[in-house]
This record gives sequence, structure tokens and C-alpha cells, in this order.
Amino acid sequence: MSDDLVQEISDLNEDRIMSLVEEKIEKGQDPKRVLDECRKGITKVGERYEQKEYFLPELMLAGEVLDDVMALIKPELKGGDSEEEGLGKVLIATVQGDIHDIGSGIVSFVLEINGFDVHNIGVDVPPEEIVDNIKELKPEVVGLSAFLTTAIDDLKETIEVIDGEGLREDVRIMIGGAPINQEVTEHVGADDWGEDAMEAVRLAKKWVGVN
Amino acid sequence: MAEKVKSREEKRTEMFKDWVSGEGVQFKDDQAKEAYQKRAGRIWDAVELKEPDRVPVIPMTNFFPAFHAGHTCESMMYDFDKLEDAMKSYVFDFEPDAFMGSMLVGPPGDVFEQIGFKLYNWPGHGAPENTSYQAVEKEYMKPEEYDHLINDPSDFWLRKYLPRIASELEPLEDLLPVTNVLELFIFPYLMPFGTPEVQSVLNTLMEVGEKTLAWQQRIGEIDGQIIGSGYPILLGGFAKAPFDVIADTKRGTSGVMVDIMRRPDKLKKAMEQITPTLIQSAVGQAKMNNNPFVFIPLHKGADSFMSRDQFREFYWPGLQTVITSLTEEGLVPVMFVEGSYNERLDIIKDVPERSTIWMFDATDMEDAREELGGTACIQGNVSSSLLITKTAEGTKNYCKELIDNVAPGGGYILSNGAAIDNAEDENVQAMIETAKEYGGY
Repeated sequence: MSDDLVQEISDLNEDRIMSLVEEKIEKGQDPKRVLDECRKGITKVGERYEQKEYFLPELMLAGEVLDDVMALIKPELKGGDSEEEGLGKVLIATVQGDIHDIGSGIVSFVLEINGFDVHNIGVDVPPEEIVDNIKELKPEVVGLSAFLTTAIDDLKETIEVIDGEGLREDVRIMIGGAPINQEVTEHVGADDWGEDAMEAVRLAKKWVGVN
Repeated sequence: MAEKVKSREEKRTEMFKDWVSGEGVQFKDDQAKEAYQKRAGRIWDAVELKEPDRVPVIPMTNFFPAFHAGHTCESMMYDFDKLEDAMKSYVFDFEPDAFMGSMLVGPPGDVFEQIGFKLYNWPGHGAPENTSYQAVEKEYMKPEEYDHLINDPSDFWLRKYLPRIASELEPLEDLLPVTNVLELFIFPYLMPFGTPEVQSVLNTLMEVGEKTLAWQQRIGEIDGQIIGSGYPILLGGFAKAPFDVIADTKRGTSGVMVDIMRRPDKLKKAMEQITPTLIQSAVGQAKMNNNPFVFIPLHKGADSFMSRDQFREFYWPGLQTVITSLTEEGLVPVMFVEGSYNERLDIIKDVPERSTIWMFDATDMEDAREELGGTACIQGNVSSSLLITKTAEGTKNYCKELIDNVAPGGGYILSNGAAIDNAEDENVQAMIETAKEYGGY
């Protein structure tokens, strides 16, 4: 057993993680420092997911553990959780007519643990609502998800509406989901596509100009 | 003298002989019967890993018949004249070697409405009128309920699961376990049936039962007429991988993935408990329909969901038991592998020879052929996206390449990879034509 919170989170030793966090808080350690260690640990989980050492079971357990840890730390953070400036803002939505949320949820989580400020506005989102969110949140990247083949038409319509509002200068659009490939990307007029969550991270990093 | 126990091979041959000859089918005329036998024989050859006269071609359709006939997806689930028109137009216009039947296209929408079905959104009801039905993923079973499911699956289904997935069936949670009936003490069990709430459920069940029977009879007629015109159906029964039963609509993806980490033993025990029920249900359906094919869509064991080790530990044992048990009854499980299985081909080839079909979506077909060749028939994998975005010529080129690469030697069926809805007619036509014109052995 180690006292290294970063390592324990990376290894997903759930019991050890919780007792370490409790210990640190009891000892009066700066909660922001604890939070920072948690973030570093989760980043390592993301790396192991990228290297295909971890899969959804580990990733989803990490999400739960992080929620539990945050519930412990949040009350200690006086003056609120001062969110660090992220790498950039990403808006995620599953297009209208499609209610699949597993893929978009994974992409959101993996982008978050890689330092992006992610706004996942849910499933079955009409183009107008996506446009309103782009105007309000001003994201650098928009990620659109579609699982159904019929949603390919909705992807196309959504991107046309974004273009029609003159917003395309300000955002790059990536798409993902079961039926998505290069041909669909060209067909609907997106900037690029990704086969998995890590590809979404690579695209977003490229577009906001970090490596 | 004891009757000789039939081997798997003997049972399968018997089942297939009946199915290929069209035993019990009312054929329109001799020509239709001959066409049926030719098509069914082609499929049998593919399963037996022999070379038929040409590569069989069987599009895996979802709502495509509706799109082709110009009806809405919604109408398929409400207006069975339109369902009939769509199914017949599709099969008679495209002349595939087999079709998937009307059951998957048109489950009765008014029955779903009447029971307050919450598990799915369907066209016109939570989904747009021209979009396929979609499962509403939630945690319908809580982690602490594993013991209930393990100890008494039927009781869990009746008193916990049904009330949660259908609002009008909620009062079923007021029932007592039927095992409470102990001789004279049958009366406590009877009491809840006296309440207006439970009585309303019974009334609802009687009404939807009648509607479902009427629907079943109607689609039986529709499918019967299509079969009688010379087209076999590639769906005799339905099963799932035990893992997916727990994952898809009980614990949900996130729930089950966490269970792998936090409560692996409970998850395994629950899968073991429900496996015999899956086998029994599929065998019953296939024998009733006199059709050897058991359709098994595979979801949460794909490459991107879990590691090889996790697949081997959690997903495969249950699925393998289902597959093997079905083949022992002479049936042919048809695994519809959604997503990709590139990292598991060596694991899944441990199945009885010449007894299964693996329909691939995003799996590399040449690798599949390499690993499963000599063991199982493979089917696929023209992508649904390609059938929407490509031209007929592009589709033909893709299909030709597939045939060149994986058809030689037999044991291959040309089809799309994921079920199709709004594909272009000319591309589906191109896929079928390629098998007929280019797929000769």
C-alpha cells in the first residue's frame, strides 16, 4: 500500500483512494492540493485507457470514484472550486432523433480528464438548440454524435444550420458514432471524425493548438 | 430398447432438410417452391461451409422496407396493411436469398402504448416518425438487487422489472412472490388480486394479449405469403448473450461496467442463472417456427467496450454456452456482431463446426475468414453508411472486393454489416446484383 494518491487512483484501488483522501482532509491538507492529485491520477487513468490497458470498466469506475472523491472534497473547498483554465471549450451533443448517449458520454469524460472544459448538452438535440449553445458558450470545438444511420441526415442538417448562422468561422466540427467514416464526414460537411474517444482528444488538441 | 440419442449433426441435418424442402409451407406454385428450395439450399451450403452455385446475398434490414415503399417507419408499427405492402414490395422488388421477417419491423405500437412501454422510444413516440426504435438506457435494476435476480429470476422479472419498464404494469410490484403459496396459506397470495390496481393490470394484459395474437396472426400471414412465393426467412428464434441481458436493459452500460470491477462474482452468478432461460426460450421459438436460425445480436462485448481478458472472463462463457446448447438442438445461431471483434476472433472460433453464422459489422472480413474459416460461416459487412453515401458503382466495387477476398471455398454470405433503414435503393440493388452476377462459384 502506498500513500501516493496519484498512483492509487491510476491503479483504481478504490478503498485505498477513499481512505487516503479522508486522511489528508483530516490532517488539514489543502483541499486544492488533494484535488490536484486526483486530477493527476485521473489523467493517468486516461493514459492507460489510451494505451488500451484500460477499457470501459476501468474508465467508468474511475468516473464513479472521482464523483465520490469530489463529494468529500467539495465541502472543504472554501470559496468554491476554482476551476483551472482548461485547454479549451468543447460542446458535445447527440443530434436530433437519436437518443444514444454512451458514446458521447465516454467522449465527454475522456476530453474532460484531458483538460478540456466540456459541455455535454445531451441527446436528441435539435439544430437550433445546438446553434443557441454555440452562441452562448462560444466553444472552439463542437462534437456531434450519431448512432443511427438515419441520423446522418440530421447531422447534415445540423451542420448546414450552423453554417447558415455564420458560425463556422469560429468552431471546428468533429463527428463520431457507429455509422461515421470519412465518406459520411464529407457527405455531411464536418471538419473531421474520430473512431474513438482518444481520436476526439487528438482532434480537439490539434484544433486548439496544443500538443 | 432405448432410443438412440441423435448427434448434433443428425439433428441439424434433420432440421435443415425440413427447412430447405419447405416442409409445411403453402407454396403459390411449383415455380415458387423450386425457387425457395434453391435459395434455402444455397444458405444451407454456406452454413455447411460448402460452395453453393453462387454467394448467397441476404440484406439485414430494419426499417428499409418502409423507406423503399414510401411509408413512414411509424406506420409499420400501426398499420399492418402498410407493413404488408412494405415487406412484399421489398422482397419482390429486390429478390434477396432470404428476408428477416416482419416481426422486427412492425412490433405493434398500440400494444406498446397501452402497457406504457418505457424501455424503448419508437417511431412517432419519442422518436421521429422516420427513425428506428431505440432503447432508453437506464439503471432498471439496482446493484443491490443482484441477489433477488440470482435467487429467483422469474420473481425479479415479474415484480421488479416489468413494473419499471411499463407504467401500466406498475401495480405488479404489489404482488407477493408466488412461492409464498404454502398449502392452506394460499390466501395471502390471492389478496393483492382483489385490488383495483392489480385488476386493472389484468384487464390491460387481456386486451394487449388479444391484440398481440391478432398481430402475430397477421404477420404470420404476411410472412407466410412471402415464403410461399419462394423466399426463406432467416429468423426462427431470438436470444441474447447473457452479459447483454444484464447490460442492455437491466444495469445499463455504465452500471454493468462498474459491476465488472466492483461485484464480478454477483454479475457472473446472475448470468449463470439466466442462461438456461435464454436457451429454452430460443429453442421453443425455433422449433415452433420450424426454422433453425436463432438471431443473437451482440452488443457490449465489442473491442471498444472491454479487454480481451474481460471478454474471456465475463462475456464469452455465457455466450458460448448459449451457442453450444442451441447447436446441440440442431439449431444455427446467427450472431450479429455489432461494432468490431478484431481482437476476439481467436476466442470466438471455439464453437461447434458448421453450426453457426457470424454476421460482422466493422470487423475485418479477411481476418475473420482466416480465423473462422473451416469452423463457421461468415456474413457481412457492407457498411450502412456506404449504402447511403456511395453510388451504385461504388457499392458494386466494394462488394466485388469482398467476394474476391472472402468468398472462395464457400462459407460466406454477402450482406450489409449493421441493420439498414434509409439506404439508397440503387445501392441495395447493386449489392444484390453483385452476388448474382459476380458471385458464382
